[in-house]
Amino acid sequence: MIKIENLTKYYDATLAVDSVSFEVQKGEVVGFLGPNGAGKTTTMRIITCYLKPTSGKVTIEDFDIFEQPIEVRKRIGYLPENCPLYPEMNVLDYLNYIAELRQIPRAERSKRVREMIGVTSIGDVLHKDIGELSKGYRQRVGLAQAMVHDPEILILDEPTSGLDPNQIIEIRQLIRDIGREKTIILSTHILPEVSATCNRVLIINDARLIASGTPDELVSRAQGAEVITAGIKGPEEAVFEALRQADFIAEFRKVREELAGEQSWLTLEIQGQGDQTSEKLFHLAVRQGWTLRELRLERLSLEEVFARLTTA
Amino acid sequence: MRNVIAIARKEFKSYFDSPIAYIFITAFLLLVNFLYLWTFFVAGQADMRPFFGFMPFVFLFLVPSISMRLWAEERKMGTLEILLTLPIREVDVVLGKFLASFLFLVVMLLMTFNVPLLVGFLGDPDWGTVICGYLGCLLLGSSYLAIGLFASALSENQIVAFILAIAICTGMLIVGEAFFLILVPDFLVPLFEYLGLGSHFESMGRGVVDTRDVLYYLSIIGAFLYLNINTVEHRSWV
Repeated sequence: MIKIENLTKYYDATLAVDSVSFEVQKGEVVGFLGPNGAGKTTTMRIITCYLKPTSGKVTIEDFDIFEQPIEVRKRIGYLPENCPLYPEMNVLDYLNYIAELRQIPRAERSKRVREMIGVTSIGDVLHKDIGELSKGYRQRVGLAQAMVHDPEILILDEPTSGLDPNQIIEIRQLIRDIGREKTIILSTHILPEVSATCNRVLIINDARLIASGTPDELVSRAQGAEVITAGIKGPEEAVFEALRQADFIAEFRKVREELAGEQSWLTLEIQGQGDQTSEKLFHLAVRQGWTLRELRLERLSLEEVFARLTTA
Repeated sequence: MRNVIAIARKEFKSYFDSPIAYIFITAFLLLVNFLYLWTFFVAGQADMRPFFGFMPFVFLFLVPSISMRLWAEERKMGTLEILLTLPIREVDVVLGKFLASFLFLVVMLLMTFNVPLLVGFLGDPDWGTVICGYLGCLLLGSSYLAIGLFASALSENQIVAFILAIAICTGMLIVGEAFFLILVPDFLVPLFEYLGLGSHFESMGRGVVDTRDVLYYLSIIGAFLYLNINTVEHRSWV
């Protein structure tokens, strides 16, 4: 649906996007993740035909952004960063204005606008000037504006920036609802947002696309080997000896020791070799007659993944 | 064309959304009435030539302030990013904005109706000359607007756009004025006279409509609108 090949953009001598390639399929919700200034906004501006790339090819449903920009724009709804709307216009006039410029036939216009008002729940503020609205409502008007022509693709640049926590939850829910029917690309530098809304993540850093996959895939890829925290009760020397012998364990260390009668509870951090380390460890404990009270697969958070990928 | 009208309608309404438009029109009316009536009773002539005579200079400051916000404000606020990612061509946006400012100029000129009314009441002016003078005002004002609109696209600061527009307009006005022409080599005088924004206006103020003058203004308007479309298409500001 969206196909980007070797996209490169220079601002004078500054490289903003460096041969980025990716594809987005119909119905996907893709999150652009990256530090500020990584090139997310530039990429979005190119897809929406606001900016021309220095080189590379971008097609939206087989329409090229150079050759048929009007056709491309018809298929995209765009909400730029900071949600720039005309403060002196009232909400209803604004939506009608955008609907008119979106060439929605006059007969359908008010029906479409009313539908969007329903979807984004802005019925209470229709006759207020946009300048008087809270940020949460402004963002909703921005979303309504982006969807008024029922586009296949929505591009949202930091749709939750500057909102309070409740508003963030509302907007994310709204995006998830919309995402059931539409293809969405959204950018953010807030990580929980990605796990909350997206089914695929593209991590951009320093103008380059450095990783792509589902949030789970990225976590396991960045993690490398499995790390397990285990709580074992058994004779310390024997336990250590058995773990050293086991071929599925690469490394381990004692984190904590609690005395409990003759033997003590050992809390160990074990780094596996190969997969299913926890299962193998369980069987080892059973064979050796150790008591096992904890067996937990440690996972990197998306924050840690992001930090590893972008600082490497 | 539908897009041009939609944009023009929105921009025109935006003028009246803030009190600035009303203050602006009031200031304009007070200024031209004052300047005109200052000499009207002294001269004791029922014609409007002095009225049209100072228009190039009054417009010099007032017209760029009509056009200065049209692009600069949208650039500053970022609203341009939504506007220019709608499925409309840049030329439609440029024409829409120009049309809106042109209509505002028409409203401004219509509000000076009290001057011809007064002249008509006190004497018997040549109405052909009056209509011709107003036509000249419209053409000259539109040229200033096209220049101002172009200047507005060059900066995201309205004041910079305003000053830039005044600078370009002043430059194009004085090259045709007598005090400038004496500095110019003789063989270039006709050229500079032709290029000056004001020299074409004078004959219209006297009641002479020459197609060359009309064509001159139309080509100035066309040229600056063309430059404007180019600037907006390249959007070198992002």
